[in-house]
Amino acid sequence: MSKDISIKDNLTKGFFRENPVFVLLLGLCPTLGVTTSAINGLGMGLATMFVLILSNVVISLVRNLIPKKVRIPSFIVIIASFVTIVDLLMAAYLPGLHEALGLFIPLIVVNCIVLGRAEAFASKNPIGHSAIDGLGMGIGFTFALVLLGGIREILGNYSIFGFKFMEADGILMFILAPGAFLVLGFIIGFFEWRKLKKA
Amino acid sequence: MSAKDSSFVSMLITLVVVTGVAALSLGFVFKFTEEPIAAAKAAKQMRAIQGVVGDYDNDPLAESFIICKEGELFQKCETGDKTSLTFYPASIQSELSATGIQTYSEKGYSGRIEIIVGVDQEGVIKNIEVVSHAETPGLGSKMSSPKFKDQFIGWKLEDQPIKVKKDGGKVDAISGATISSRAFSDAVQLALEAYNQSEQ
Repeated sequence: MSKDISIKDNLTKGFFRENPVFVLLLGLCPTLGVTTSAINGLGMGLATMFVLILSNVVISLVRNLIPKKVRIPSFIVIIASFVTIVDLLMAAYLPGLHEALGLFIPLIVVNCIVLGRAEAFASKNPIGHSAIDGLGMGIGFTFALVLLGGIREILGNYSIFGFKFMEADGILMFILAPGAFLVLGFIIGFFEWRKLKKA
Repeated sequence: MSAKDSSFVSMLITLVVVTGVAALSLGFVFKFTEEPIAAAKAAKQMRAIQGVVGDYDNDPLAESFIICKEGELFQKCETGDKTSLTFYPASIQSELSATGIQTYSEKGYSGRIEIIVGVDQEGVIKNIEVVSHAETPGLGSKMSSPKFKDQFIGWKLEDQPIKVKKDGGKVDAISGATISSRAFSDAVQLALEAYNQSEQ
């Protein structure tokens, strides 16, 4: 990877070109699981972003101290520690959101995006770049989750961010798992179509 | 990439240091958040109790007691387990005004649900609050909505068994979530039975 990647490029690549969910197709388990509403997507996205930035920074900091053969276990321990910290902090100060995301917070540990960025980027680049990479990827992931959650909430519950705009029950299927797959499929299709048009 | 060789000693030292630092920082954060987490849980419990018993001037949490089911009988017992109910008596000037009963059902669509049922002295339901559940979002989770749970207000045990219409009762089930509605009714029924028996 070249050393002179521009900050702007580094920050924005997660949004469209290398969007972790829609283009790299990483971390789909929490993506499909938590996006029953826009607010859940936002919470999960921000929690993941927090872990991404911190683990990228720390891993970049120690990248020259860790022997190659034990780098993966070391990275996982670092990532798992930050996830547990987020879990505890959320339970203490945001109990409502913590309840809604429940099971999915500990699952950030096994989210491929976090280890993926650690291995592919932070372990080879200086701290500043790694922090921005974490931020950029975190924003991209959050964007993807809010978009998916927003569409599912609008169709499935006729509301957005909890505000109901129509007094009716909504199309139930979009709240349930099949709706998640359907919406994700259409969005990925859109991204591919965009790529084809550009080429 | 990595500047260091992977010798046995260097790997050993690295892993010990990494895990040691991780354990230390986690221990610190745990100590730091222990109190707020307990406070958040207690506050949630308190809100639920307040929601179902109305006004009071005592401390229902401090005066709470546990009721266990032994065979067909409900009795006070010392330590609770998964099958026991907790009573939160609310009183105004030392006179019992209402009781919040924490009850449960294991028959939810995704396992256990816990609710608090508030009843007045005659055993008539005042209000119900959901404490915890893992039901499907958008379906069973609607058990917390007033549209569903408010239909129970004013009912008592003598009227009829609390059951959904499909089972011959009077409860309007949530559409698409009969199992959740059934579990909810089940928990309410259990609370009322326990209350009526403990009164005698």
